[in-house]
Amino acid sequence: MKNKKDKSKQPCRSMLYIPGDAPGMIQNACVFGSDSILLDLEDAIAPSEKDAARKLVRSFLDEFDFGELIVTVRINAADTVYFKKDLEEIVPADPDAIRLPKCDSAEDVRKADALITEIEKKNGMTPGGVKIHAMLETALGIENAFEVAKASPRVSAITLGGQDLTADLGVQKTRGGHELFYSRGRVVVGARAAGVMAFDTVWTDMNDPEGLYNEAKQIVELGFTGKAAIHPSQVDVIHKAYRPDYREYVRAKRILEAAALAEKEGKGVIAVDGKMVDGPIVARAARLVAIASLYDYEEEEGLSQ
Amino acid sequence: MKMTENALGRKVPLEVPGVGAFAPYAGPFATINALNPFSGAVHKVRTAQRGNKIAASIEEAVKKSGLENGMTISFHHHLRDGDAVMPAVLEVLQKMGFKDLTLAPSSIPDAHECIADYIKSGLISRLYTSGVRGRLGKLISSGEADIPVVIRSHGGRARAIEAGQISIDVAFLAAPACDKTGNMSGSSGPSACGSLGYAMTDARYAKHVVAVTDNLVEYPLAQNISIPQYEVDQVVVVDSLGDPNKIATGATRITRNPVDLRIAYNTFLLMKASGVVRPGYSFQMGSGGASLAVSIYLEEYMKNKNIVGAFGLGGITGHMSSMLEKGLFRTLFDVQSFDTAVTSSVASNPNHTEIDSSWYANPFNAGCLVNDLDCVILSALEVDVDFNVNVLVGNDGVLRGASGGHSDTAAGASLAIVVVPSFRGGICSIKDSVKSITTPGETVDAIVTERGILINPLRADLLESARKAKLPVVEIHDLKAKIEEMTGIPEPIAYDESKVAAVVEYRDGTLIDTIYRIK
Repeated sequence: MKNKKDKSKQPCRSMLYIPGDAPGMIQNACVFGSDSILLDLEDAIAPSEKDAARKLVRSFLDEFDFGELIVTVRINAADTVYFKKDLEEIVPADPDAIRLPKCDSAEDVRKADALITEIEKKNGMTPGGVKIHAMLETALGIENAFEVAKASPRVSAITLGGQDLTADLGVQKTRGGHELFYSRGRVVVGARAAGVMAFDTVWTDMNDPEGLYNEAKQIVELGFTGKAAIHPSQVDVIHKAYRPDYREYVRAKRILEAAALAEKEGKGVIAVDGKMVDGPIVARAARLVAIASLYDYEEEEGLSQ
Repeated sequence: MKMTENALGRKVPLEVPGVGAFAPYAGPFATINALNPFSGAVHKVRTAQRGNKIAASIEEAVKKSGLENGMTISFHHHLRDGDAVMPAVLEVLQKMGFKDLTLAPSSIPDAHECIADYIKSGLISRLYTSGVRGRLGKLISSGEADIPVVIRSHGGRARAIEAGQISIDVAFLAAPACDKTGNMSGSSGPSACGSLGYAMTDARYAKHVVAVTDNLVEYPLAQNISIPQYEVDQVVVVDSLGDPNKIATGATRITRNPVDLRIAYNTFLLMKASGVVRPGYSFQMGSGGASLAVSIYLEEYMKNKNIVGAFGLGGITGHMSSMLEKGLFRTLFDVQSFDTAVTSSVASNPNHTEIDSSWYANPFNAGCLVNDLDCVILSALEVDVDFNVNVLVGNDGVLRGASGGHSDTAAGASLAIVVVPSFRGGICSIKDSVKSITTPGETVDAIVTERGILINPLRADLLESARKAKLPVVEIHDLKAKIEEMTGIPEPIAYDESKVAAVVEYRDGTLIDTIYRIK
């Protein structure tokens, strides 16, 4: 990828889907404010356009400067004729990650992993550079969430594919989303246990930003690190849901300050406002402050003065 | 044609044959500041028959008007693309054998391609307008329609009429509601269009005024008289003023184009950072694209902060009248209603005031409203590194736009923001030098794109506010270079600089630019 930087430490609250055959949108990918983009070669692309889209995405990866954006490419599933071609064309262009659909088991990941490694070697790339974001889109995949997440060091995220999953579960997607509650919990816990990111599925109704906000708020509270968007107008709504509460932000900063002080003074025990604070709480505070740094708290800071 | 160089380095003629002498542009306020009061147009005193002014047909009305070859006729463009009055009158004039007329409408709707034919036939020999589009633009830019064309802003046209540079002999004014004495309104009837702001100036200064209506109401017209009977000489009743579907365009929808929405959001952020969005502020925005979309963010912010603006101005959209309705602005001053969602507001909201074009934007009166604007959002076809704006000539060099109130509001408003996508049709919107200057860069405070905010170096204070608010400020040359890296740089348009297609008048009557024919 042109001017590629290490983006593995960047927050990835939003992933904007852009059809791989839409150059008019890809050229504007940087302006919508999403943390990452998903160039789609799978569902958004008709069979007759698969070859053209794959070549177009490759050209963009080679020629276009995506700046700070995390760039991932969703390829077609392993059971399609496009799978191998997609990897052979896209991996040499060194995207940040490949989004791998329909992962039901660790084995599915390992097969793709082996193929990617082979392509990387053939192209003189350092093996392991191109990450995998594994999509869990079936009941089986959800049950194997942790196994999939730790199937390879290449996996840096697991992500819930809501549309196929609800179909597999034999349920309808509701506005409240309670039918996905268990699956979402499973994905978050599996991801956290394996030390990878957890991404949530798309909100399909472009004309319902309120529904999107409620769902985004819910998945933030569940512990997802990011959510996919199908339209640029959804990006700001998702980011709004990720905005930490100002008081929590202030408290998290004080926890970090206290932790830094304790370390400096060689103390094993950290106390904030007379309460004991331990390791996981410090780690959570660090994550919260990292996310909060993306937002403007000028108004709240003005009020508190 | 004898040319001279104006203050922006553009070559402009000192005289346009068949039209008259012009001074070169000397700066946005040079002529205004130097102005000594002088007498303008002489108001013709006339008497009318008491009571009924009904003429049997357009032809009868033309005969009684005293129209002769070589004279000037005018129309308004409030019926938008639905207007059938201008084509109908021109057809009658053509049949009656007129020739060598000056056509001086407030603007020309896109649909009126027939004007091109009447130029070819010799009926029309001079054209004064706010802009030209479509086939007419092509004919003028190619030289196929070889007549003098003068382009004026809305405020500049009002000034030219009052100063006598446009001397209208007969104004044919479409009247959505009219009584037998000529009292007329734009806000009721089957062809209702809202404000008749541009027509008001014509009615006041034309030597003879013919109202054309499809809705003759019982005398007297009771409500919202836009133009009073004492300015109207004759009334003609026709079956229809035009296509009601194109007159009643419905509410303008806010764009879903994500690039435009990003521009709108950046614009809102700049407005907020500048401090202009405060209680009692005044505001004008455009009718489409990014400009209109600013209202989404503005409305939410004003509601949350309990900010009530003093007035909204200009071409008024349904979104502005809805903000009036919600109490977010105290007043609307409406020279032109952009969509029919506005019509009922004009008709029934006492704080929605119809204004004429002189009140709106004429720089040579005792105080036009654009001078009291705190902020205006304007669009552009292209801009240049000196912040000059072109809204008239397309990337192909062909006339395809209208000056409108662009230069008037930019000069008047404290904060003039131009919104434009950084590239369109694969061509960078930021040029070294715009193909034609409509609005001088000195009056443009910022240009907002989806890829960053460009601030005029003349506005160091605004730059500081934007930086402080951590807005995505970009240096204009840097963004231009970045975009051109993607798009490349197109070959310049080949003009025939010996042939003038149109001259562009600045609002003060000086010539700001010349548009040449394309080769």
